[in-house]
Amino acid sequence: MKKTHIALLVLIAAAIVVLISYTGDLSSYETIASAKQKEGKFVNLIVKMDKSIPVQYDPIKDPNLLEFNVQDSLGGKISVVYHNTMPTDMEKSERLVLKGKVQGEHFECSAIVMKCPSKYKDNPNAMKNQPVTISN
Amino acid sequence: MNTTKFIDEHLFPGQIGYFLTILSLVASLVATYSFARAFFSKEISLQAQWEKLAKMAFIIESVAVASCFVVLFYIISNHLFEYKYAYMHSDKNLPYQYLLSCFWEGQEGSFLLWSFWHCVLGLVLLATKKKWGESFAGVMMVLNFVQFCLATMIVGLYIFDMKLGSSPFLLLREEMNWPILSRPDYLHLIKDGTGLNTLLQNYWMVIHPPILFLGFASTTVPFGFAVAGLIKKKHDWMDKSLPWATFSAGVLGLGIMMGAAWAYESLTFGGYWAWDPVENASLVPWLTLVSAIHACIIYRKTGSSLKLTYLFFGISFLLVLYSTFLTRSGILGDTSVHAFTDLGMNAQLLGFLLIFVIPYFVLFFARFKHIPEPQKEEAIDSREFWMLIGSLILFLSAVVIISITSIPVYNKLFGTKIAPPEDAAFAHNQVQVFVAIIIGLLTAVGQFLKFKGTAKAFLIEKLKLPLLVTIVITALVYIFIGVAFKEKGIGFEGAIYVAMFASIYAIVANIFFWVTMQKAKLKSAGSSIGHIGFGMVLLGILISSSNKTVLSWNTTGISPLRVESNKSPAGNPRENITLFEGIDTDMGKFMVTYVRDTFDILNKRFFELKFKEKKTQSEFFLYPDVLKNNKGMEGFSANPSSKHYWNKDIFVYVTSFQDNSKEDTTTFKPHQIALGDSIFYSNGYIKLEKVLVNPNSSRPAGTNELVLQLAITSKEGLKYTANPGIVLEGMNLQSNVDTIKAQNLVLSFNKVIDQQKGMLEIGVKESAALTNLITLKAYEFPFINLLWLGVIIMTFGFGLATWNRAAKLKEK
Repeated sequence: MKKTHIALLVLIAAAIVVLISYTGDLSSYETIASAKQKEGKFVNLIVKMDKSIPVQYDPIKDPNLLEFNVQDSLGGKISVVYHNTMPTDMEKSERLVLKGKVQGEHFECSAIVMKCPSKYKDNPNAMKNQPVTISN
Repeated sequence: MNTTKFIDEHLFPGQIGYFLTILSLVASLVATYSFARAFFSKEISLQAQWEKLAKMAFIIESVAVASCFVVLFYIISNHLFEYKYAYMHSDKNLPYQYLLSCFWEGQEGSFLLWSFWHCVLGLVLLATKKKWGESFAGVMMVLNFVQFCLATMIVGLYIFDMKLGSSPFLLLREEMNWPILSRPDYLHLIKDGTGLNTLLQNYWMVIHPPILFLGFASTTVPFGFAVAGLIKKKHDWMDKSLPWATFSAGVLGLGIMMGAAWAYESLTFGGYWAWDPVENASLVPWLTLVSAIHACIIYRKTGSSLKLTYLFFGISFLLVLYSTFLTRSGILGDTSVHAFTDLGMNAQLLGFLLIFVIPYFVLFFARFKHIPEPQKEEAIDSREFWMLIGSLILFLSAVVIISITSIPVYNKLFGTKIAPPEDAAFAHNQVQVFVAIIIGLLTAVGQFLKFKGTAKAFLIEKLKLPLLVTIVITALVYIFIGVAFKEKGIGFEGAIYVAMFASIYAIVANIFFWVTMQKAKLKSAGSSIGHIGFGMVLLGILISSSNKTVLSWNTTGISPLRVESNKSPAGNPRENITLFEGIDTDMGKFMVTYVRDTFDILNKRFFELKFKEKKTQSEFFLYPDVLKNNKGMEGFSANPSSKHYWNKDIFVYVTSFQDNSKEDTTTFKPHQIALGDSIFYSNGYIKLEKVLVNPNSSRPAGTNELVLQLAITSKEGLKYTANPGIVLEGMNLQSNVDTIKAQNLVLSFNKVIDQQKGMLEIGVKESAALTNLITLKAYEFPFINLLWLGVIIMTFGFGLATWNRAAKLKEK
C-alpha cells in the first residue's frame, strides 16, 4: 500500500469522524408539547403568533427584551422571551421558526427565522391573485 | 379563448424574445450534435464538415442569446409592465445603474446571464481553436449541451402539460388572475412595477452576479476537457485546461467574495460570512476546483494523481449544478435567508443535475482501470506528496461543508426532521479552523519542496528565516491584537492562534520564495502571489472574526431590577442600545447621538448619528438607513453604515425605530416641593436633591442662576437626573427647562415660594410627543481590510497564472 493511499484513508476517516461528531450537535424540529417535555434542550419550533395576547416590547425600558405568545398547528401554546429587538415584520409573518429552549413556563428564544409572504424575494404565488401596486 | 383587444401593449419585443429563446434552444441542440459528430468521427474530412456546421450553429446560438439579453433589457429599461419580469423586478424610480440588477433578481435572467457567459467562453475557444487540438470538439460538445439545458430553463414551453422552463417574456395577464387584467385598458391601471428589492440596490449587486456566473460558467471548460479525455482515453489535456481552471478559480473566488462584501454592506447579520447554505453552495465548487488544479499540476510533473484530477474537475462542475439545484429549487426553505424563489421547476432542476452526474460517473468508473497510475511511490519529502495531501484536505473540507448544507435535502428524501445545530456557524468554524491550519502550513512549506524529493539541508536553510520572521509577527499580533473570542473555550482560542501562525507563515514564506527563488519576477509568480493572497484572506478572516466586538453593549437604561436577566440563558448578548433623538448616549468607547433623520428621494430614511470617541474627542458621523415598505415587506428593511479606518471598521445598523408625531397638547402642572421632598408623576417619582446657586462660573456678568438637581426614578427603577433652572438678569427671568425624553418628562423651575422654608415650585409636563428613538447595533471589525486586500492579491495571482500558462501554450 502506498503512503498516499494510507494518507487518503486517514483523511477520509477524519472527515467521517467530523461528520459523525457533527450529527451529535444537530437539533430537531419539535412541537410545543414535545419541546416542553425536553425542557432545557435546544430545539426548533415552527409556530405562528398568538395574536390574542399583545406583544410586549418597549425599547425605552429595554431594547433587548421582547415577550410574545405563540401557538403551533397542534394547538400547543407557549410564551416566548427573546433578548433582542423585535424583528421588523414579525407580526405579519405567516409563521416563525424559533430556535431556543423551554425554560420553566416560557420558551427562551435565541433566534427567530421568519417566513413571510415575501421576504427576500417575491413569492409569485402569494401575488398571483392580488395586485400590489394598482391604483384606480 | 380571450379575444379582448388590449390597449397600448407592446407585444413585439416579447414575440422576438420567445423566438430567440427557441432559436437558441434549437441551435444549441444542433451545435451539440454536430460537435459530437465531429468529436467522434475518425475521418478528418468528415470532422471538418461537422465542425463547420457546429460552428455555424454555435454562432447563431450566441447571437440569439445575446439578443435575448438585449430584448429583456429593453423591456426592463422601458418599463414595459405588461411583461411579468419587468413588473416583478423593476419600477420607474429605479436608478439607472440598478436596471441591470433587475436582470439577476429573477431566476430567468440569471440563467440567461449564465448562458451568455458560456457563449463568450465558447467564442474564445472558437477563436483560439488551434490551441486545443483534438479536445476542442469535445469541450464544445459539452459546453453546448450545458447551453441546451440552460435554454430549456427559460424557454417556457408546455409539453404534455409539463411546464418546461419559465420564460422571462411572459405577459402579466398570462400569469396572474387579477380581475383587472381582463380589462382592455389594464395597462393604464398599472402605474408601476413592484420594484427591485432594496437589498439588491447596491453596486455590489450590479457586479457580483456577473462575476459569479462567469466563475460558474467557466468551470464547464475544464469539465469539458475531462469528459473529452475520458472518452478518448487521452490524458494530454492538462496544459490546455490549466489556464481555464486557474481563470475559473480566480473569477469564482472573486465573485464569492464580492457576494461577501455585499452581505457585509447591506445585510444586517453583522458580517461577511454566515455559513448560509447559499454561500456554502458557491464556496464548495471553488474548493474542489483548487484541489483539481493542484492534482492536475501533480499529474503534469510526476504522472500520478490522474484519477483524482478527473474526479476533482468533474465534481467541481457537478457541484455548480448541485448548488444551482439547492438555491433555485426552494428546497433550502427555512434554512437560508437568500435563496431564489421556487418557480415550480424542481423536477427540471433535478434533471439538469442528474443528466450530468450519472453519465459522468458512469464514464469515470468505466475508464477507471484504464487511467494510468505509476507504480512508484511519492517520496515523503517531495512536493507532490504534500500537494496531494493539501488538495485532499481541501476536497474533504468541501465534502464536509456540502454534507452539512444538504440537511434540508435529507429531510426531504427521508422525511426526517433534522435541524441545524444551536450554533451553526461554530459547527463549521471548529472544523474549518483546523483545515486552515494544515492548509496554511502546507502553503508555506510546499513552495520550497521540490518535485520527486527535496534535500533536507536545503529545506531547513530556506525555511529558517521565514519561520523566524513569522514567529516575530505572530508574537506582535498576539500582543497588539490578540483574540477576543473566548466564548468557545481555550481549545478553540488556541486553534485560532495556531491558524493565525499558519496563515502568517503562508504569507511570509511565499513572499520569501518569490523574492529569493523567483527573483521577484512576475513571470511564473502566479502561484506565489496567489498563495500570498490566500494567506492574507485566511489571516483577515481569523483576525476580523475572532476580534469582532459589540460596541453597543447595553449598559445604560437597563433597570437595576432586571440585572439578573442580563445574562440570558441562551447566552445571547444584549446588543441593542436605545438612542433618543438629541440625547448623548454612552456606548463604551463612544458617546453617540442620534442627531436627526432625513429622507431621500427613494424614500430611504437616513439617521444621522454622531460618534464622539471619548479618549480622543474626535467625531465622525454615520448614516445607517431604513426603507419602509420595501417590496411587499410591511415593516422596514435596514441598511448598515460603516466607518472605515485602515485597521478597523465601525459597523452600525438600526434595529428598530419609533416615531412620535403626536401633537404636544399637555401643559406644565405646578408642584410645590421642598429640598429632600419627592413628588409623583405617572411613571415614578421625582426627588429634589439640591439647589445650586450659580453653579456655572462662566455665566455672563450681572446674571444670577438657580439650578435644581432633580433625581427621577421610574417605576421600573430607571434613574435619571434633570437640571431645570432660572436665570435672573436684572428684572428679567428666564426659565431653562430640562427634558427626560426616555420618560416623556419636561421639567421647569417656576419660582421660589418661600425662601425661609425652602419651598419651591416646579412645573412637570408629561408629553407624549418627545420620543423619537431608535435602537442600534454597533460592531467593530478589526483588520477587515486585510481580507479584502487578500482577495485582490489572490485574484491577481490567479490572473497571472492564467496569463503565463496561456502564453506558454502559444509558444508551442
